Amino acid sequence: MDQSVITPVDAAGSLRHVRADFPILGQKVHGRDLVFLDSAASAQKPRQVIDCMAETMRTQYANIHRGLYWMSERTTEAYEAVRDQVARFLGAAAREEIVFTRNSTEAINLVAHSYGGLLKPGQVVLVSEMEHHANLVPWQMLRDRTGIELRITPITDDGALDMEALEANLADGRVALVAITHMSNVLGTITDARAIIDMAHAAGAKVLLDGSQLAVHRRVNVQELGADFYVVTGHKLYGPTGIGVLWARRELLEAMPPFLGGGDMISTVSFERSTWANVPHKFEAGTPAIIETIGLGAALAYIESIGFDAIGAHEDALTAYALEALGHVNGLKVIGTAPQRGGVISFTMKDVHPHDIATLLDRNGIAVRAGHHCAEPLMRRLGVTATARASFGIYTTPEEIDFLAATLEQIRGFFV
Amino acid sequence: MAQDDLYRTVVLERAKAPQYAGPLSAATLNGQGSNPLCGDRVQLHAVLDGQGRIEAIRHETRGCAICAASADLMAGRVTGQDRAHVGRLHAELVEAVETGMAPEGLGELSAFAPLHQHRSRRRCALLPWSALIDMLNDDKDR
Repeated sequence: MDQSVITPVDAAGSLRHVRADFPILGQKVHGRDLVFLDSAASAQKPRQVIDCMAETMRTQYANIHRGLYWMSERTTEAYEAVRDQVARFLGAAAREEIVFTRNSTEAINLVAHSYGGLLKPGQVVLVSEMEHHANLVPWQMLRDRTGIELRITPITDDGALDMEALEANLADGRVALVAITHMSNVLGTITDARAIIDMAHAAGAKVLLDGSQLAVHRRVNVQELGADFYVVTGHKLYGPTGIGVLWARRELLEAMPPFLGGGDMISTVSFERSTWANVPHKFEAGTPAIIETIGLGAALAYIESIGFDAIGAHEDALTAYALEALGHVNGLKVIGTAPQRGGVISFTMKDVHPHDIATLLDRNGIAVRAGHHCAEPLMRRLGVTATARASFGIYTTPEEIDFLAATLEQIRGFFV
Repeated sequence: MAQDDLYRTVVLERAKAPQYAGPLSAATLNGQGSNPLCGDRVQLHAVLDGQGRIEAIRHETRGCAICAASADLMAGRVTGQDRAHVGRLHAELVEAVETGMAPEGLGELSAFAPLHQHRSRRRCALLPWSALIDMLNDDKDR
């Protein structure tokens, strides 16, 4: 391969030094160096996150919001400080717009249950053909529960959202909510959120963006976008599992009924009736993921210490490099070629099933995902049953891409 | 490139050049199994003799090399066998993929024993067998 292609990666502020922050990257798998190319499923964790969570448990842990003692008050402060941090991270207008959930899936379910419960039969929720099951199944459940209509906007053959079809789908004015991914976990496509939002608002619809993938790679500003709901998940943001975020405009949250009932989400409780706490606490029933939330704070601080300029430049260069390198592998076909895309590359190989690819890559220390990527309807649209998928993080190097491409070439030789 | 015991010659050969693939016009039994997690699908067509033994069997498999080879090796192995024998072979194969130790008499099917190191791929080898057992059980229940 032309080594000069590596140059932009290094010019982009060389993130190579960040590898030292990720202890797991020093592990061996089947006696080989780990080459982790499955960050889109879940990213690895820097020592800053690991240490912060361990330190919290060692020195500063108690339940929050109710303890009257020093330790509980300090833990509450640390927990609530992350809400401020997330509000800044997403460009929210106020900290009260940040609701902590378990993950993006739960955040979307919260909206489907709570905001969705305000919708009337005949109103429409519109999703796209490239949604993760997390942004499809909750709306199907809402449809079956309430009689709303679920409408699907197609994608183009290169894997971009079909904007003309979107406009047509909005035309009858019955769409109450457009729920669309900000970046596809299969195709890598980055959707034109601004255009989608303008179009939807012009038709009187609110917009939920599933930012699970995008928020890892690009700066998000929900106010600049003009979005109504935005969801992200901590474990893809180099943070722990068990913590996700729903951002929504305050007036929407205030109009929505609670999702789960229990402690912490109430104002007063009697046997006859209960009243709800103010937002965002109305949506946070029970003891939350305290340590994980504090860990998410460490992850966001880590990301911001690197900066999205460097992260975006690294990823753009790496993605271009990988598309070039994979393009040279015999029989390999990249699935999804939209012009606006991030570092998630799905592919198939002639004569080799994606599961065989994944198992044989694993024997060489390379971790990729294979299967339908929680997007079965999209797989059917693409005419495949499964794909292999390589996805990149801030620690991914061009050398790892080279090793992937060379190993794929060898695997293909093995089967033909 | 580091290879794997799993992709032994017999597995690759039978995946690439199956001996029992295709439809079976005389089939009196048809069954299928699929794995919703990966989209693999095995369709089986068989004829039983008067004693309930498999006289002929063919498979149509859409799946990975492990699944395709397993279906083909299974077809060869169960021809001439009855339901009870199929059940015993299946139990031995399950033991092999879970422990990595192939019981004596498993023969070529022992090629799948390395699956004990690949937890997520075991179902690929076992899918044709569960489809076969379901098909034979359905026939018995009729």
